[in-house]
Amino acid sequence: MTAPTSDFDPLTVDVTGLTVAYPNGNVALREASFALHAGSICALVGINGSGKSTLFKAMMGLLRPSAGGVTVSGKTIRQALKRNLIAYVPQSEEVDWSFPVSVWDVVLMGRYGYMNFMRIPRAVDRRIAEESLARVGMSEFRERQIGELSGGQRKRVFLARALAQQGRIILLDEPFTGVDVNTETAIVTLLRELRDEGDIMFVSTHNLGSVPEFCDHVVLINRTVLAAGPTTEVFTEENLLRTFGGVLRHFRFDESTVQKHDGRAVTVLTDDERPLVFGKGGHLEYSQRKGHEAVVSQRKEKEDEDDVPRK
Amino acid sequence: MYRLLEPFQFPFMVDAMVVGVAVGAVCAVLSCYLVLKGWSLMGDAISHAVLPGIVIAYAAGVPLAIGAFASGLLCAVLTGYIKANSRIKEDTVMGVVFTGLFAFGLVLFTKVKSDLHLDHILFGNILGLESGDLRDTLAIAGLTLTVILVLRRDLLLFCFDPGHARTIGLRSGLLYYTLLSLLAVTIVVSLKAVGIILVIAMLVTPGCVGYLLTDRFNRMMGIAVVTAAGCSFVGVYLSFFINASTGACIVLLQALVFVNALVFAPKHGLLATRRRRRAPAAAASAATGIPS
Repeated sequence: MTAPTSDFDPLTVDVTGLTVAYPNGNVALREASFALHAGSICALVGINGSGKSTLFKAMMGLLRPSAGGVTVSGKTIRQALKRNLIAYVPQSEEVDWSFPVSVWDVVLMGRYGYMNFMRIPRAVDRRIAEESLARVGMSEFRERQIGELSGGQRKRVFLARALAQQGRIILLDEPFTGVDVNTETAIVTLLRELRDEGDIMFVSTHNLGSVPEFCDHVVLINRTVLAAGPTTEVFTEENLLRTFGGVLRHFRFDESTVQKHDGRAVTVLTDDERPLVFGKGGHLEYSQRKGHEAVVSQRKEKEDEDDVPRK
Repeated sequence: MYRLLEPFQFPFMVDAMVVGVAVGAVCAVLSCYLVLKGWSLMGDAISHAVLPGIVIAYAAGVPLAIGAFASGLLCAVLTGYIKANSRIKEDTVMGVVFTGLFAFGLVLFTKVKSDLHLDHILFGNILGLESGDLRDTLAIAGLTLTVILVLRRDLLLFCFDPGHARTIGLRSGLLYYTLLSLLAVTIVVSLKAVGIILVIAMLVTPGCVGYLLTDRFNRMMGIAVVTAAGCSFVGVYLSFFINASTGACIVLLQALVFVNALVFAPKHGLLATRRRRRAPAAAASAATGIPS
């Protein structure tokens, strides 16, 4: 399904010394440098206001850098855009869901770059749009107005648009926000397939838990690139603490009310906010013992009893 | 019977109907984009801002349309510049810029000796069209409509998702100024018919009606055009009998259609929303046997 882009082989994205300042003087990104290579899924991780959106906009050619820049296989963004190489899957909040367009209209928009100036779809455009819709499992929702879809379905429609565009560099802005677990799995599977086809996925997320699961590379940013490279090297506790400062929520087991008797049977539930932790017997655990001494001492007796037979 | 056909006996009435329908149609098509882009205030701003341009053009002896176009665009560009370079939000900037330009136009108007009537500029003078007005209006309206229809999908994408428009190589800056220019031209075209105050309604209401009645853009545009053209025709016709301002009659009719759509629209109307909100409660009370 990929368009011939031989002069963009090997496919790389090089961000070098990228500095973006807004006209009001606010420097959103300073001297950011990193590289993305063909056949990889790279996470873009940072707090709100760390410059994630700015970086995306600069990579889409929407913002003019005040220094440095972005090149695609050594060529300019403009040349890459002309070849429809860069596709963008917007954040849900950016889309006006009451806009009077159908699922089919949106997916066809992915083909506009290939159509004539009147944007009249040819047979090939329809075929590719249909295939893209089928690939995300949304064919039966073709005629729905986009607002009539669930959070997960909405995401899939915009993914289908990126597929229809046949972009080889896909920028996804918070693709897992407001999405059910099944859709998340489906999206990850799709991203892996595209990676195996040699495309580049660049995924902004603050869903830290999922990063090591499916991203082979990570870029950590906070107004500049703090670290970038393979997940195993970059996604370390030290780097993450640097990226998030005090914003990251901790749950350190040695400071918490979790006790010996809980063993390894602790259940951690999190929606990316502060984790909810249940001990072995299903009781609530607290991140700090202080203020919850009663809870601890109450169960201390039980803990001691548990220990007795082993002696 | 003869009395009802009487308006058609007068050439000025027929001209007014033709111009009204043409202007209504152009405004309606554009209104769909403005409503979706959230640019309703932009129509308001540009229509007021054309006043100094008209007065200066009159004094300089160039066609009024050119002056109006230039000062309308100046308003939009100034707004964009101040917004980008200060901490003030766009709607606030716009409010200051267009009222400032309008006031400037009013002061200029009293200083320049002219045979222009302020009333005609503000509220239009569709029954007093001069020879050539009909031709000019139809020509500009036709041109504007053609440009919008050719670019309709690009403009729609620009309103819907400018980021994507950019990634597929559309020039979003160009589309922005195209839409602004179309707006300025449309306002100039509508000057004679409804004036710079009431044109604001023509640039918003038909699109709103379409938006309330359907979930598809093409249908929305169709509904908007039919609404606007119908209101223009009936408005001109009615004004003959009730002897009221023609522009006002057209706009009032549009407002009535809007109210009807707002209340009775099958899916997005107030009644439908209310019915939907009550339906789950009714179903629940039926299931449990407890009246809600």
